[in-house]
Amino acid sequence: MSPPIAPVGWSRWLVPPAALSIHLSIGQAYAWSVFKPPLEEALGLSGTQSALPFQLGIVMLGLSAAFGGTLVERRGPRWAMTVALVCFSSGFLLSALGAATQQFWLIVLGYGFVGGIGLGIGYISPVSTLIKWFPDRPGMATGIAIMGFGGGALIASPWSAQMLESFGGDNSGIALAFLVHGLAYAVFMLLGVVLVRVPRPRAEERSDGRPATPDGPQVSARRALRTPQFWLLWVVLCMNVTAGIGILEKAAPMITDFFADTSTPVSVTASAGFVALLSAANMAGRIGWSSASDLIGRKNIYRVYLGAGTLMYALIALVGSSSKPLFVLCALVILSFYGGGFATIPAYLKDLFGTYQVGAIHGRLLTAWSTAGVLGPLIVNWIADRQEEAGKHGADLYGTSLLIMMALLAVGFAANELVRPVHPSHHLDAVTAEKGAPRARRQRAESA
Amino acid sequence: MHDDSGQSPPETRDRRPLIVVTWLWVGAPLAYGLYELVRKATQLFTG
Repeated sequence: MSPPIAPVGWSRWLVPPAALSIHLSIGQAYAWSVFKPPLEEALGLSGTQSALPFQLGIVMLGLSAAFGGTLVERRGPRWAMTVALVCFSSGFLLSALGAATQQFWLIVLGYGFVGGIGLGIGYISPVSTLIKWFPDRPGMATGIAIMGFGGGALIASPWSAQMLESFGGDNSGIALAFLVHGLAYAVFMLLGVVLVRVPRPRAEERSDGRPATPDGPQVSARRALRTPQFWLLWVVLCMNVTAGIGILEKAAPMITDFFADTSTPVSVTASAGFVALLSAANMAGRIGWSSASDLIGRKNIYRVYLGAGTLMYALIALVGSSSKPLFVLCALVILSFYGGGFATIPAYLKDLFGTYQVGAIHGRLLTAWSTAGVLGPLIVNWIADRQEEAGKHGADLYGTSLLIMMALLAVGFAANELVRPVHPSHHLDAVTAEKGAPRARRQRAESA
Repeated sequence: MHDDSGQSPPETRDRRPLIVVTWLWVGAPLAYGLYELVRKATQLFTG
């Protein structure tokens, strides 16, 4: 399948809906928790077991994005979106079979393994194409798509819950719900497959996709891994995500504990509202901050995420328990930075490494997300448990966690400060010349 | 690279209906999700 080239007059505003149809679908992964209680009851599973399909899915997301990135760049967005559609949808169909036959391993294999490949390939599929269509606003373009990943859970969560309520929470009800999900997402994602187009190559572009006169540095994915810039951005993303997850993971118990001993305690219903509000901030940050990065620059926006993020954590630690509006406001800002960090990274990569293999480089960088996904909850939960054992309660339970989050953000801030333009020796033309040199020397020696 | 230069060749088709339909395709479910989110979020102030 060759990359679909846009016909003359094709509008670039048709590309974001194509990207959104994929990201709104695969974002369902974050609504997996809806299926957990009925699965536990119907198949007699523990909480840890019922989380397995999701966990494997996230691991596969990281692996397939990291290892499939170069293939996605070579085969183009339509191929990638087709793979995402087939894997994500058939993951649900396999899960339906697993639920109907009460074979939990089929659900793990289907949703976790097969569906997880769809998550990873789908996540990176539109990134490079969007950046090429919107060279003037890459932050906004990738912000729209990555906002979709956050939006996917907002759609799936009430939709799946309503479906389970209608079909019933027994194994046949769950199987039917999985089946409907698989078919509905296949139809929804088809829009992306049909609609996506790559921009027409410019006259001065070479047949292999490399610009003859590049607009800035062009670095291959393999070469990018050898640059300090890649690893500095890896640290930046990992620290920013870990700090965001720190709040997200414990949001509901955190707000309840912070105000437990005050005259205005927070009820369970209100804390659920707080979690929903955090999701809104996460989504708004993806599109808002990422678009702002087109105006103020990528390095500056990460200074805001990491610097102001540290300040917000400090405010929560120092005066958070004295003012509920201040606590909520700080948490919302932190979550908006968390979302913004995800959405701005492709444009930052484009600035440093060019458009040549930006999707593949982005895929490799997503391993930082997988690491943070393990690190963040681990730190927060472990410390909260230790504090509880030590007899602490209320806001004191989170003091150490908040300090650690501030330290992580400071590390990320320092890494961002160290980012410099990529050394010209890593640029494509320099690498090609370097590879050609021994051959040229050999040829000269042979002819001599 | 893109077609917003305002100089489209005469044979190009009007893509606006397609743009509206595709944005509605993705916008409608997103609006549903946001509506449910706002409903839940208001519980912070009323719950």
